Amino acid sequence: MTHSLRTIACAAALAVAVVGAARADDLATYSITLKNHRFTPAEIHVPTGKPFFVSVKNLDDTAEEFEMHNPAIEKVIPPGEEGKVRIRPLGPGRFSFFGDFHQDTAQGAIVSE
Amino acid sequence: MLGALIIVFREVIEAGIIVGIVMAVTKGVRGSRLMAGAGVAGGVLGACLVAAFAGVIADALNGVGQEIFNAAILSLAVCMLAWHNIWMASHGRQLAAEARKLGQDVRSGARSLAALAIVVAVAVMREGSEVALFLYGLVAAGGATARDLVIGSLLGLVAGMAVSAVTYFGLVTIPAHRLFTVTSALITFLAAGLASQAVSFLQQAGVVSVLGDTAWDTSAILSDTSLFGRVLHTLVGYSDQPSVLQAVVYAATLATIFTLSKVFAPRAVARRPESPAPQRS
Repeated sequence: MTHSLRTIACAAALAVAVVGAARADDLATYSITLKNHRFTPAEIHVPTGKPFFVSVKNLDDTAEEFEMHNPAIEKVIPPGEEGKVRIRPLGPGRFSFFGDFHQDTAQGAIVSE
Repeated sequence: MLGALIIVFREVIEAGIIVGIVMAVTKGVRGSRLMAGAGVAGGVLGACLVAAFAGVIADALNGVGQEIFNAAILSLAVCMLAWHNIWMASHGRQLAAEARKLGQDVRSGARSLAALAIVVAVAVMREGSEVALFLYGLVAAGGATARDLVIGSLLGLVAGMAVSAVTYFGLVTIPAHRLFTVTSALITFLAAGLASQAVSFLQQAGVVSVLGDTAWDTSAILSDTSLFGRVLHTLVGYSDQPSVLQAVVYAATLATIFTLSKVFAPRAVARRPESPAPQRS
């Protein structure tokens, strides 16, 4: 029993370490704000072939889900919060994102070039 | 109103298809209706809690709490589905055929039902929490259109439940002796699809960054966003642009459940020497 407890403790420590390491990696972060269910900037330009983070700050007083179909991203961002997602290296092209709860206005795109 | 209808409908079908499959799998088993009900009720309660504590979950673990939470509950559902399938393969076949109606083997049957109740609860909780957040936003926004939006949501819920019913009634028309094979396969693919989604969350969080490239792009042939693509996404985990790791984990999950089900299946060949049954002519 002690053994299994130790295993669990080790696994937990490892998980925390992995999470910490992943967060610490030196990737470019692109910040977007959401206000009145619109993204600013609505278009961000990133270099092709490099992973990066997109950080979305929700300044509205309702929750939003930052979503992309390609690559698949789904992140709920509560009001007043900031949500950060890692995007895999993209090929050249235009990759649209949107706010799932307010698709009429919350639209934008990542341009990889 | 249409927007609300669509968003609620979309979330409800995903959970509804899973509920429909689980109900078809356990049709006729004593206590299975109660199990499905408890799973849905637990899922709705869980969805409200997840929505209410969305901020706390999002802030946890250096901002990746939401992804880890999603990946964890999806993995739990995968384990429960795998366990159920392997259990059914080992002593469920006869149960499915005869003992079902008699309510035999209640104790181990109940454990299998509990596993499926967890799967139902996870499905409802995941999709439901988004609906809860969306509806809360509507209510908070207020205004004259709020009533329309609530009506739209209710219509979406009804339409989603209709899809769930279609899944269930479609499956139960399959002859009983084939139903076992069909539902086993469905559950295996369902589990693989959920495992692939769990991987997607870990990659989004940046917790896992290996094999992150796009494996293939079939969005021109069948888009994830089309209704059929979405149904396939729920049923078999179809994705039009999965990462390499998602594809690998998908295949590994299929292979693991399939192999373990074979290993644990009672082998008719091994029993033959004990009771000399007539050889095939």
